[in-house]
Order: sequence, then C-alpha cells, then structure tokens
Amino acid sequence: MTDITATAPAIIGRSLWGDAWARLKANRAAMFSLYYVAAIAFISVFGPSFVPHQYTTIYADYVRMPPSLSAYPKAEMIETALSEAIRRMRVDIKEWRQEGSQVFVTVKSTKPIDDRNIRYLDRSDAFDGTSIESKSPDGLEVTMSASIKQQYFLFGTDNTGRDLLSRTLMAGRISLAIGLLAGVVAVVIGVIYGAAAGFAGGKVDEVMMRIVDVLYSLPFIFFVIMLVVFFGRNFVLMFLAVGAVLWLDMARIVRGQALSIRRQEYVQAAEAMGVGQRGILLRHVIPNLLGPVVIYMTLLVPQVIILESFLSFLGLGIQEPMTSWGVLISVGAKNIGTANWLLLFPAFFLVSTLFALNFVGDGLRDALDPRDR
Amino acid sequence: MLRYVFRRLLTAIPTLFVIVTMAFFLMRVAPGGPFNQERGLSPEIKANLEAQFGLNDPLWLQFVHYLGNLLRGNFGPSYNMPDFTVTELFAKGLPISVQLGASALILALLLGSMLGTIAALNQNKLGDYTVIALATAGSTIPTFVIAPVIQLLFGLTWKLLPIGGWGDGAFINKVGPVLTLALPQIAIVARLMRGSMIESLRSHHIRTARALGLSDWSVVVKHALRGAILPIVSFTGPAAAALLTGSVIVETIFSIPGVGRYFVDAALNRDYTLVMGTVVVIAIFTIVFNLIVDVMYAVVDPRVRYD
Repeated sequence: MTDITATAPAIIGRSLWGDAWARLKANRAAMFSLYYVAAIAFISVFGPSFVPHQYTTIYADYVRMPPSLSAYPKAEMIETALSEAIRRMRVDIKEWRQEGSQVFVTVKSTKPIDDRNIRYLDRSDAFDGTSIESKSPDGLEVTMSASIKQQYFLFGTDNTGRDLLSRTLMAGRISLAIGLLAGVVAVVIGVIYGAAAGFAGGKVDEVMMRIVDVLYSLPFIFFVIMLVVFFGRNFVLMFLAVGAVLWLDMARIVRGQALSIRRQEYVQAAEAMGVGQRGILLRHVIPNLLGPVVIYMTLLVPQVIILESFLSFLGLGIQEPMTSWGVLISVGAKNIGTANWLLLFPAFFLVSTLFALNFVGDGLRDALDPRDR
Repeated sequence: MLRYVFRRLLTAIPTLFVIVTMAFFLMRVAPGGPFNQERGLSPEIKANLEAQFGLNDPLWLQFVHYLGNLLRGNFGPSYNMPDFTVTELFAKGLPISVQLGASALILALLLGSMLGTIAALNQNKLGDYTVIALATAGSTIPTFVIAPVIQLLFGLTWKLLPIGGWGDGAFINKVGPVLTLALPQIAIVARLMRGSMIESLRSHHIRTARALGLSDWSVVVKHALRGAILPIVSFTGPAAAALLTGSVIVETIFSIPGVGRYFVDAALNRDYTLVMGTVVVIAIFTIVFNLIVDVMYAVVDPRVRYD
C-alpha cells in the first residue's frame, strides 16, 4: 500500500510552481517556443487591425498576385489596369503617360464624354484621386489624371483577390481561439469526470470508466462528423462539441492520478489529523492534479488545432468568408500548381505553431515531473 | 492459446453489438435523411423510395432488420449510389486502401525501428538528435500539409511522381500516398523504438552478452531487439487498423478511389447503410488487429502466457 515513488517532497523555500518555473526557464527550446507561441498569438489577435487590408476585401484587379515586398501595381500592370478601366468607360485611349506616381490619360470618343465617367478609374484597385485635367471644347476628348494607389501584398493574394497576410493572421486568431476553447472544455469535463470517478472509486468508478471505454471504441472521426451533422456549421457550438469529445483521455489521466493521490501517505496523514474531505481535496489533491492537467492541456491545444484544420480541410469546419489555417491550407492544396504561396504561408504558420506548442508541452512535462527532481 | 483466441472472439461480439447499436441510433437521430438532398424529388417519389428501403418502419424494426441482414453478411444497398450494394463498394475500394495502408505500415515498421535503433545506439550524440528532430517533425506536421508538399516537390518541381490518381495501381502512383501515410508512423515507431531500445540495452542479459564478447551487431539484432520490440508490437495493432481502412485526407488529395472517403461522404449524405458498413468494417479491423497483437506478444515475449 505504501507507494512513495510519486510523492514530491517540496524543496524548502520553493513552491512546486516556483520550482517548475525555474526549470522551465532553464529549458531554452521550451522558452523560445513559449515566446514564439506568444508572438503568434499576439500578431494573430492584433495584426489584422494593422494590416491595411481587411481579410474579406476583394481586390478584383489583384487576383492570385504572388507575394512581393514591393508595392502593387507593378510597372507592367499599370497599362493593363488603365486600359481595363477605360474599356469600362466605353471610350478609347488616345495616349497615356506616367509621371512619378501620377498617370495622365487622354481618351476620345465619338460622342461627348460625361464627366462622371472618371469614376471608372477610381473604381479600379490601381488608381484613386482621379480628376479631369482638361477637356476639348467639343467634349469628345478628355484628359484625366489619377494617382497610382500603392498597395502591399506581402503574402500575395488568393483566388478571389483577398490579401493573404490578413487572412493568415485572421485564420490564426480563429485556429488558436478554437484550440483554446475546445481545450478548456475538454479539460473541464475531463477533470470533473475523472476526479469524480477516481474519488468515488469502487462500483461507480467501474461504471464510469466502462462508459469511457465504450466511447473510446467508436471511431473518433465518426463522433466528430456526427457532431458536425447535429450542430450544423456553427463553429462555436461545434468546437464546444469537439471539446466534449476530447475529454476521454483527460478523464483517464485525472482518474488515475486521483486514485493514486488518494492512497498517498500525506493524504492518509491529513485524514488522520482530521482534515475534512474538502480540505484534502483543495489542499492536497487539486495541486497535485494540476501538473498533469497543465501538461495535457498544452498537448491538447495542438491536437484541437489539427482537428479543426482537418475538419475545415474536409469543408466541415469554418465556412467562408471566415477562415482558419485549415481552410487556407485546403485552398492552397488545391492550387499548388499555380499559386504555391497559398499553401506555403498558412502551412508554415500552422506547422511552426504546432511545433512550438509541442516543445512547450514537453518542457512543462520535464519541469513538472516530480520523479525527475 | 487457441482457447484464448476463441474467448477473445466471443467477447468481441458484444463489443461489436454495442458499436453497431450506438452508430445506428446516433445516425438516425441526426436531422435529415438520405433522400432529402436531391432537389426536385417529388414527395410521392420520395415516399416510394423511403418505402422501398423500409425507412418508414418503426426505428426498432429497422434496427432488427439491419442486424438480421448484417448477421447474414448483407450490408444492404447504398442509398446514394443506388447501383451498388455496400458490399460491392467495399470490394472495389478496400483492396486499394489495404494495399496503400499495408505498404505504409511495413515501410514505417522497417524504417522506424531502424532509425530508433540508430538513435538508441548513439544516445545523446548527433545521430540521436537528428532522429529525434525528424521524429518530432514527422509527428507534428499534419498529413494534409505533408501530402500537398510532396505533390509540390516531387510532382510539380522535380516531376518525379504523378500528382495524383490511382493509375490502376501503378507503382509510381503509390509512392506519394504511401510516403504521406508512412511519415507520421515512421516518427512514432522511431520514438518508441528509441525508448525501448535504450532500456533494453541497459538490461542484464545485454551486459552479459557484451561481457561474453559478442559483436555489437549480434548483441543488438539477436538480443536487444527482441526485448525492445514489444512497444512496437502494441503500436502495430491500432495503427494497422487505422491505416488499412484508408485515410480521408490522403485519398482525397491524391485522388485515390479507396474507402477512406466513404465515411465522410456517407455521413454527410445520410447514406445510413454505407455509414454503418464503414463503422462495422473499421470495428472488425480494430478488433482483429488487437487480437493479432495480443497473440504476437506471446510469440515475441515468452513470459507472456494466455491460459
């Protein structure tokens, strides 16, 4: 009955968490990963407000533009954009020239040209601030000037001309939020269920764990797809549901821990000293449970992100125009032949975040593992 | 041993029954039905179709019918592909998925245990760190990223492999899918093997073998490997079941006509019989492979006995 291997005699002067934090700080890979995840989370949350493009804005003139550090429109694109806008005015170009960031274009027509026609130039994504410079007396020829609208698409644009940078950041926001949301749901259910089973013990424990076994034996993807079928494509509900599926492992871990903690000598000592159930739970069981729970949670978040991406990849998850890394990667995978940046940028963000989260999880495990002390 | 196998097969029946029951009723409480999607289906035709497939009977009666058919090995007709029975669909797709899955599994076991052994023999040296890095990468990068990257590199940039398609099972068409399926598994096997090999190399009989002057090769292959292989054996059961029943992602990206997609498509179209068929097939694979693994334990480790 005496099982002393798992007890954690606290080093004098340092709490469990202070000690764990010191160990984590010594682990360079884990700390770097922690900062990296924090940075990704930061730019995903605040980035979209600073990128000059909305993640839903469609630039019809800039469909599938490759990523570039210099501004669009490129020199050779000005003429195309210009002739396209002029064609919409149903007039002909007589001549055009570029001076710095200004273009001057003279158009002619067989009918008098309406001044309101200049709006067609403003409507193009390449120009703005159009004004009429001069007009021939008969109104058949008009010279207009417009400034070239400089726009940066650092990650390029997608199939409908939306800025990939703002979409990737927005996707990060959604993916991380979902990871956290479903992770928390899974942890809460798992901890309550597992702790209840572990504490009750005996027949109750037996029955509760058999239920977990049965749920385990159903194909996991079957469950998830059934949830999608039930909850439709409302993503918040769905991921609450996904979280509600992922609690099985958590429940097992917590139950095992609770069972073993209950048999520890310090718990017996506390009982002998007359500490109540509540006191034992708060003072001894919960703090000792927290370690594995925290570790499992950091490993659960990447799992949920993968799951979300997987569902979105199948078209069951996040729906357009909202986006997530899974949605972007699935679009990218369909366009690898012609626009590989659509795959590469979101894939890089997803994979690097997953890596970092895994390193943080491993680091936490090393830091909190009592056997290693 | 035979008695053990027989007993395990007997206990599989209630497990299978629970799975079938849960899947059946879960599927049925989901809103919608197999004939709801088709637009322009007049109510009379829809009613006729539902009557033909017995969908208007009380649910328990349908369940009894389904179980009866299942016991006779009849999975029923597919609702969304009316020309085929579920059995025919599996006869067509399963060999393809099994081929890919089995190749990936064999590749993963061979390459994974080799890498794991190399890492264990070079513990905390360059070789070890390389394998650990590869294993971390392999188990973190999701399949739906690996697959398009393989297409991009091998298919489009270097033009070594076709981008997709089954090509009647031509070898070159299998390379991409098998690699994609195998990579994460290689990572898992390598990790398991590294851990158990390190432990096995520390045991007394290995020290004895070394003391007797056996060569490194013979120590590792003849003695350490045998002790280290147990975790790999237990990994193989669920992995085989998952790999052989097809992967939605891999089959979608590489356009492989396997069974991996059946489940998702069927669940979305409420193709009840096909969903149930998939659930049953996956459950049977899982049960059988877990049994094989447990039998293998006794073969690999003589200390394990079933009486």
